[in-house]
Amino acid sequence: MITGPALLLALMEGAVGAAVLALTALGLSLVFGVMRVINIAHGEFVMLGAIIVWWCSAELLGAHPALGFLLALVMAPVVVGLIAMAADWLVLRRINYDPERTIVATMGLLYVIQQSVLMTYGPDARPIEPPVYFRIQLPWFGYSGYKLIVIALALLLLGITWLILSKSRIGLYMRATRLDAETAQAFGVPVRRVYASVFALGAMLAAVSGVLIAPIQQAHYLMGADPLLLSFIVVIVGGLGNLRGTLLAAALIGIGEGMIAVLFSPTLAKMIATLLVALVLIARPGGLMRESAP
Amino acid sequence: MRQAAFRSYAFHIAVIAALFLLQYVLPAYHIGTFTRIMVYAVLAIGYNILFGYTGLMSLGHAMFFAAGAYGAGLSVYWLGFGPIAALLAGVASAFVVSLLAGIVVLRVSGVAFLIVTLMLAQAAFLATLYFNTITLGDQGIVLSLRPIEMAGLSFALSDPSVKYNVALAAFAFALLFSLWLLRSPFGRILIAVRENEARTKLLGYNTFLYRFWALVISGTLSGLSGALYCLLFAYVGASFASLQYSTLPLLYTLLGGTGVTLGPLAGTAIMYYLIDISSSFTSSYMIIVGAALLVITLWFPEGIGGWVRRFLRRKPA
Repeated sequence: MITGPALLLALMEGAVGAAVLALTALGLSLVFGVMRVINIAHGEFVMLGAIIVWWCSAELLGAHPALGFLLALVMAPVVVGLIAMAADWLVLRRINYDPERTIVATMGLLYVIQQSVLMTYGPDARPIEPPVYFRIQLPWFGYSGYKLIVIALALLLLGITWLILSKSRIGLYMRATRLDAETAQAFGVPVRRVYASVFALGAMLAAVSGVLIAPIQQAHYLMGADPLLLSFIVVIVGGLGNLRGTLLAAALIGIGEGMIAVLFSPTLAKMIATLLVALVLIARPGGLMRESAP
Repeated sequence: MRQAAFRSYAFHIAVIAALFLLQYVLPAYHIGTFTRIMVYAVLAIGYNILFGYTGLMSLGHAMFFAAGAYGAGLSVYWLGFGPIAALLAGVASAFVVSLLAGIVVLRVSGVAFLIVTLMLAQAAFLATLYFNTITLGDQGIVLSLRPIEMAGLSFALSDPSVKYNVALAAFAFALLFSLWLLRSPFGRILIAVRENEARTKLLGYNTFLYRFWALVISGTLSGLSGALYCLLFAYVGASFASLQYSTLPLLYTLLGGTGVTLGPLAGTAIMYYLIDISSSFTSSYMIIVGAALLVITLWFPEGIGGWVRRFLRRKPA
């Protein structure tokens, strides 16, 4: 029997999932929208974010866990952004962003990152202490205050990304490249540098969402698979490369998935979300690419 | 033309004969390894029909491999099927899964095709975990198989040499079938679809149907590989549906050279030994798969097959 409080709890869990998912999926969508690159290694950037939280807090044993967390919040995007830039420079640029070859290359990247973490960090799932301990006491149950902070931080970061894209010069460059890379280049937009920064920005968004979920889940070298799957679903349902659609789909799918996971089973939730993609395709065959046409 | 066909068949049959003789030369450990290589090569041959010849890159072949493996494994475990009936059940279930998948995934092409095949395969993987009362989920099912009774003789599938020859028979079937298919008018049109779909359509061919049957044939061959793997190694588990079984046939095909009939065998054999050797040094041996994918895309896009073909200066078969 599903009661009111259980429904509320499920809704809150869903909102946390949706906020983090929006960050991850926005990164994937941005990379696809501007560069036409499907990044199969996107989930590994989330995983790296979580692993970096563990390294940061392990180094600061004895200090307050919030210190390690704050350090990771700065370190993770920087480190992961640099890794992404290196990948763009060493791999993606060399194959000229050819769609099929980039997919194979990013799949290679997935295994290289994942297995390098396995080599250094090990196969264990390690819990991470949340930076703050307080509970919000509702009449029916207590709720972790940290999860509310996650929602707030995720919204803040989405807002910042939105500002960068709509107000700054680099954002203008990114939007111009997204519409037509060749014309943008003809007007003096440094397209190559835009590609490198978009790939880095996408990876940084993923890394931050990894930092945020690390204290809720655990840090594990295989944890990148779920965020990858869910962000793919979001990006397809929202329309490939369509940022507004991505955010809307992330909210709907994140909340729906979170609720089914709490009320029934996490596996069932992911299965339904995945099959949703098939349904979307049957309902709108060929319509998915409509928004992304240059 | 007829002479070229004869030479081509003779060459492929010679490769099969060489594999048959190999079992009298190889040490026991490598006989086991080659048994696995030939089973995986069937998966890669199936993959090559869709990717190498029709030009559709799938990231979801784990779904077909698992359909074959579960079709065989579950019918042995729950229904008490013998090995041959189970093999047929596995192939049949992969055929049905390919038909259903084809209806959904062929609505899109290009990059969306990749993502959708990945999604469906992931849904299938989750399903094997979710319905764990039937599939026993992660833990999987260890099978005890009856021997194959044939012509008054009894062959136990636990015997390494029986395993080797069963795998060889399936491999020979898949190889000659793919060779015959690709030399047939049907195969020629598949290549035309890969090279220029709009033009093929203009010439009056229903390209959707050709892509559809290419997918079904590819999926069913992959299912044959899954069913064999399950029966020869007496195990089926959720890992058979995991991303790894979609990545590996892609890697085998790319390494062997796309669109070359013997490419899958070469790619599988080399990659299998690379993984096998590196797994004795480190538990993170899958890093070799990642490195291979990067090296192939950056420096070796035509694979071994393309390299040999250029060396022989011959046009594609």
